Amino acid sequence: MADNKHEQIDTVTGKATTGHVWDGVSELNTPLPRWWLWIFYATIVWSVGYWIVYPSWPLVTSYTEGAFGWKSRVAVTQELDALRTQRAAIVSKLEGATPKEIADSPELLALARAQGRVAFADNCAPCHGAGGGGAKGFPNLNDDDWIWGGTFEDIEQTIRFGVRSVHDESRQGSPMPAFGRDGLLKNEEIEAVADFVRSRAGLQVDAKADLALGARVFADNCAVCHGEDGKGKREVGAANIVDAIWLYSPDRATIIEGIRNGRGASMPNWVGRLDDVTIKALTVYVHSLGGGE
Amino acid sequence: MATTVIDRKEDLHEPLTADEEPLYQACRRIYPQSVNGTFRRVKWIVLLVTLGIYYFLPFVRWDRGPDAPGQAVLVDFPSRRFYFFFIEIWPQEVYYFTGLLVLASIALFLMNAVAGRVWCGYLCPQTVWTDLFMLIERWTEGDRRERMQADAAPWTFAKFRRKAAKHFLWLVIAWWTGGAWVLYFADAPTIVWQLATFQAPAIAWFSIGILTFTTYSLAGLMREQLCVYMCPWPRIQAALTDEYALNVTYRYDRGEPRNSFKKSEALRVKGQPAGDCIDCNQCVAVCPTGVDIRKGLQLACIQCGLCIDACDNVMAKIGRPTRLIAYDTDLNILRRKEGKPDIYRVIRPRTLLYAALIIIVGMVMLTALATRQDAGVSVLHDRNPVFVRLSDGSIRNGFTVRLLNKERETRAFAVSVEGLPGAEIEVIGETSRSEGRPVVEVGPDQTREVRMLVTLHEPNLKGARQLSVRIIDLATGQSVEAQDHFRGPEH
Repeated sequence: MADNKHEQIDTVTGKATTGHVWDGVSELNTPLPRWWLWIFYATIVWSVGYWIVYPSWPLVTSYTEGAFGWKSRVAVTQELDALRTQRAAIVSKLEGATPKEIADSPELLALARAQGRVAFADNCAPCHGAGGGGAKGFPNLNDDDWIWGGTFEDIEQTIRFGVRSVHDESRQGSPMPAFGRDGLLKNEEIEAVADFVRSRAGLQVDAKADLALGARVFADNCAVCHGEDGKGKREVGAANIVDAIWLYSPDRATIIEGIRNGRGASMPNWVGRLDDVTIKALTVYVHSLGGGE
Repeated sequence: MATTVIDRKEDLHEPLTADEEPLYQACRRIYPQSVNGTFRRVKWIVLLVTLGIYYFLPFVRWDRGPDAPGQAVLVDFPSRRFYFFFIEIWPQEVYYFTGLLVLASIALFLMNAVAGRVWCGYLCPQTVWTDLFMLIERWTEGDRRERMQADAAPWTFAKFRRKAAKHFLWLVIAWWTGGAWVLYFADAPTIVWQLATFQAPAIAWFSIGILTFTTYSLAGLMREQLCVYMCPWPRIQAALTDEYALNVTYRYDRGEPRNSFKKSEALRVKGQPAGDCIDCNQCVAVCPTGVDIRKGLQLACIQCGLCIDACDNVMAKIGRPTRLIAYDTDLNILRRKEGKPDIYRVIRPRTLLYAALIIIVGMVMLTALATRQDAGVSVLHDRNPVFVRLSDGSIRNGFTVRLLNKERETRAFAVSVEGLPGAEIEVIGETSRSEGRPVVEVGPDQTREVRMLVTLHEPNLKGARQLSVRIIDLATGQSVEAQDHFRGPEH
């Protein structure tokens, strides 16, 4: 570290040193220009002006508000208002158009998709995933398999009123009963119908499986909602259980668990929480993910 | 590297103790004297050329068609374009600027390796504008001696008038400097008219105001203080130099021992050693930063060569050879002292390397510019979900495709995917097709982002496959492509 010996003079330059020596190199005392000091004072004066003009000093329960009452919150609100005014023209076009008309216009489609993407990330992504990829029990919105329908009208209806939500117009359907827990089916019947469903979906089934029993159980208990062919019924929200898409999982244990305990997912209604234009944008966005009908 | 140490007690500062040394240094006024000569002429020419370009380039017109700006050099912030004669640069092409900056820095290194602080002495805006401001100063207040006398004398009306004229002219030039800057960002004649009729946008006045202040204070008031205290370049350049780099050098092998002209003549008659330097101090008087070049290479010396001119004039008058101060090296001084011949090595590994780098970077930039496409495509694979399984088992990937049309008319592009046999392509919202390929229209001088779905009927696909997305201009057949992957489940 520095040793503070005074009166050291550098022999080459004849300048005084600061007395600081590091590894044998001593530091010359090169004075700063005085204007540098003035600029420092000027910044202090500037800061005083800042205290007067802007909110700055904390008080016990409040703070000094500044001469013009400037608030960052107000500034943000003003900028947002300016942005809304700027966008009003094109947003009003969204208001007047149906989702179909929006999807047919490249300009409106780009706008609705941009707006829909943000609204989706804020409201839908927690369950359906960031890109609508879904999760176990939460449908993938990119594929071509829809529980409640994939037309613009169907999607808008689902978003607006939800599924088994508290809204009066919510989609209700019939939740799948807990066939095992409520004693409607015996264990071997549940296993047989699980094997039967897997065989109809083209999945591998154990050679010892009793498919005849499974077919009988299916016809008696399942076909009423899922259809004779197992392709599901959208009016009751019953899934297609013979295609390649599985809301839960195609493995035998998961299917058995579903039959035993029942299924019946729900989704909240968004009307009242999101405005009409946002719901419309979300409809177009979800439709454009790839599965729209 | 040899260091110049001239053993003259009077050149050294009066020794001070650390306690006496002031913490802050008052600004020493410098009164540079006018001088004529080779280097002064070079500096005037450089000043005329560089300031001429700066002030008048915005008025040069360049025809790009009816819908495009007609200004040769224009930074168009609202539409995010940069125009430079036949070149139009989009924001994502800033690498051209990176290339230019790389070229500029290597050119600085090369200049430095060949002849020291050429940048500082001749080309730096600070030097050029300071030179112009000093010219104004000499016009209004007279040369060095008059200015020094006037500053020492009490205030009179004549002195006030001269000073006022100087500051007024400085402010006019400073204002014009700020004004010219603004012209690079909007149509120059329009802005000039708007400024003249006080209809210019507030940002124009604000920018001009700031640049007026900086030009006036930096070129008029700060001058060498900027070079000595604020600029990093003198420090960097000092680290870039070597023993063969030519620098403005006092040839002390010839100049010392210095004496008055008469005394030197007398010594010479007696056959005793006498240097050519007659200690007339002309080199110091003309120096814009007020240094004494006879103390050797130093931070404050911007190596403008004006002391060479001043000394040459004196040497010519006293009938001694010129170039007592010249572009030379300390190495040569030491060699001459030992009776060896001078060596000048402009071509050496360092300069060859810099020159080669300049050529390589220049060629790369030229190639990039010559092969620049006026259409472009970039592809972004959906992050989530990475792939989608459809009800029939096939696999689909979603992509965001951005198409660029750098031409001034709407163009239609057919989108296709290569490297993925059997793939089906759909562009959301686009129904028109050409030979089965979706067609996307992009407006003039615009980009357009669309969502593209690629479906492959291979239920058992695993892992990733390379694909390239190609867009083909239906009118001209021009095509560009971008690479990406098609992904299925990992296992």
